[in-house]
Amino acid sequence: MLLGESGSGKSTLLSMICGTVLAESGQVSVDGQDLGAVSSGARDRYRVEKIGMIFQQFNLLPFGSVLDNVMLPLGFAPERRGRAGHAPSTAKDLCLALGLPEEVISAKAATLSVGQQQRVAVARALIGQPPIVIADEPTSALDAGSQQAFLDLLFEQVRAFGTTLLMVSHDPGMASRFDRVLHMQDIAVITRPNQ
Amino acid sequence: MILRLVIGSLLARMLTVGMTILAIALSVALFLGVEKVRTGAKASFADTISGTDLIVGARSGSVQLLLYSVFRIGNATNNVTWQSYQDIAQRPEVDWIVPISLGDSHKQFRVMGTSVEFFERYKYRRDRGLAVSDGALMTDLFDAVIGADVAAALNYEVGSPIVVAHGIASFTEHKDQPFRVSGILEKTGTPVDRTVIVSLEAIEAIHVDWKSGAQAPGAPTPTEVIRQMDLQPQAVTAALVGVNSPLQTFALQRAINEYREEPLLAVLPGVALQELWGIVGIAETALLVVSAMVVVTALIGMMATIFSSLNERRREMAIYRAMGAKPSTILGLLVFEATVTSALGALLGLCLLYLGLFLSRPVVDKAFGLWLPLEAPSAHEGWVLLGVVVAGAIVSLAPAYRAYRLSLADGMIVRM
Repeated sequence: MLLGESGSGKSTLLSMICGTVLAESGQVSVDGQDLGAVSSGARDRYRVEKIGMIFQQFNLLPFGSVLDNVMLPLGFAPERRGRAGHAPSTAKDLCLALGLPEEVISAKAATLSVGQQQRVAVARALIGQPPIVIADEPTSALDAGSQQAFLDLLFEQVRAFGTTLLMVSHDPGMASRFDRVLHMQDIAVITRPNQ
Repeated sequence: MILRLVIGSLLARMLTVGMTILAIALSVALFLGVEKVRTGAKASFADTISGTDLIVGARSGSVQLLLYSVFRIGNATNNVTWQSYQDIAQRPEVDWIVPISLGDSHKQFRVMGTSVEFFERYKYRRDRGLAVSDGALMTDLFDAVIGADVAAALNYEVGSPIVVAHGIASFTEHKDQPFRVSGILEKTGTPVDRTVIVSLEAIEAIHVDWKSGAQAPGAPTPTEVIRQMDLQPQAVTAALVGVNSPLQTFALQRAINEYREEPLLAVLPGVALQELWGIVGIAETALLVVSAMVVVTALIGMMATIFSSLNERRREMAIYRAMGAKPSTILGLLVFEATVTSALGALLGLCLLYLGLFLSRPVVDKAFGLWLPLEAPSAHEGWVLLGVVVAGAIVSLAPAYRAYRLSLADGMIVRM
């Protein structure tokens, strides 16, 4: 778990890990792969193959169905598609395991509640078993009661898939549930360009 | 699945996308409609006179001869003497010859003196002939047959009296020799519709008391006396000629043009029509250019719509990026969307065109005598439609490139 105040550079670090932002100096290495050493196309491919991504909110394409949203990364990641087997049924099973009602699965994403949308985002992050799931404050849009339930589901699925979870938060209350907790102020120094 | 999402995205923006499609459709329908009317008008124009091999008149320009003899526009500078007319008529190449005598008018319509053979020989739209819709052809000296527009504009029916005015736009009338409408012709869409047709002898008859353009003083000659007179005309304005064999057309044309007794001119109607269309055609090209500009405007409208939608769609782009889409995929998505939009616009435009043609065709034919054929899209129209789709894809490159830059800068985290 990565803890930090807003403005502490969490998002930038995440972008670097995901390969959408390159380090100006130094090296970013994920799963033994130096991201600075490969082309941008290879980084795009690496991102979808290796990482399942969960945002704070607005995770889904509102006009797409829940199933299409869950299967979206498979369209760009042949390896994950291979592991997912029959994609629609795998996607459906994941949704059911995450406690989404069956009738919701074929609905348009825009009709879902925020809590349901976050669970669809988890299903999307996990489909095809990427080695890493990155969650950027996934519970910040949820109320306190749903937060715990959401984390329970998330942990349960991550454990079942044997996936590494990297979660970013500003809430130290959840730290006890993680194996490792890093504070941004311990690992990063913020320098801003002079105005 | 990506395709499904693209369509879903388009559907989610149904209102703006729909308006864009509608704008493109209307512009395409306008452009193709102008094109249809243009080719229709050109064909109609070329079909004004057919079956006639040569038009003969006093020497002037070929367009001028065509204008006054067929379109009844402008005036002849000179006449053809009856002697010359007879000389031509007796030539071996000539199958038939129909005299035309012009110069008088009735209200805003021209009066044409001719022989009864005119109704048989005059053809339009390849092989269509003149037909009487009401009444009969001239039998009496003072009978007149009027075109459909004349009847409609002046509310004439068979039996109505007509007083012919001397000259064009003149206040002196041949009121001593009134005519009677004996027949009304069917609508043809040619200048015949706007013509009052009388016999050649009648033209002579009403000018018995006239000398060099003015009525001679004294009592008018009674019509009974005129009927007894020899009404052989001294001259005609022009003549329509048919030859025995098309091969003889040029020989006859040269013979007439080199006629020694009098300067004459013979023109091929098709060639003269082409020449005339070359003059009229400029306006038609201007119309086409304007409607092409409307298509361009619609496409620029689409470009503006895509530009303004980019900001609200940055989240969408970020999700695609997070899911492994390359920036070039984002570019491709937008261009694909624009292509689909303009293709739908082009198709809808084609539908609108045919609907419009289907609805307006009878009205246009009746009002302007313009026959617009309802046929499958030509290859030319196919190219136009394809051109619109390709142009749509090209104009979308600008906003798509901006989206490409934005998604490179944003990555997965949208900085609003």
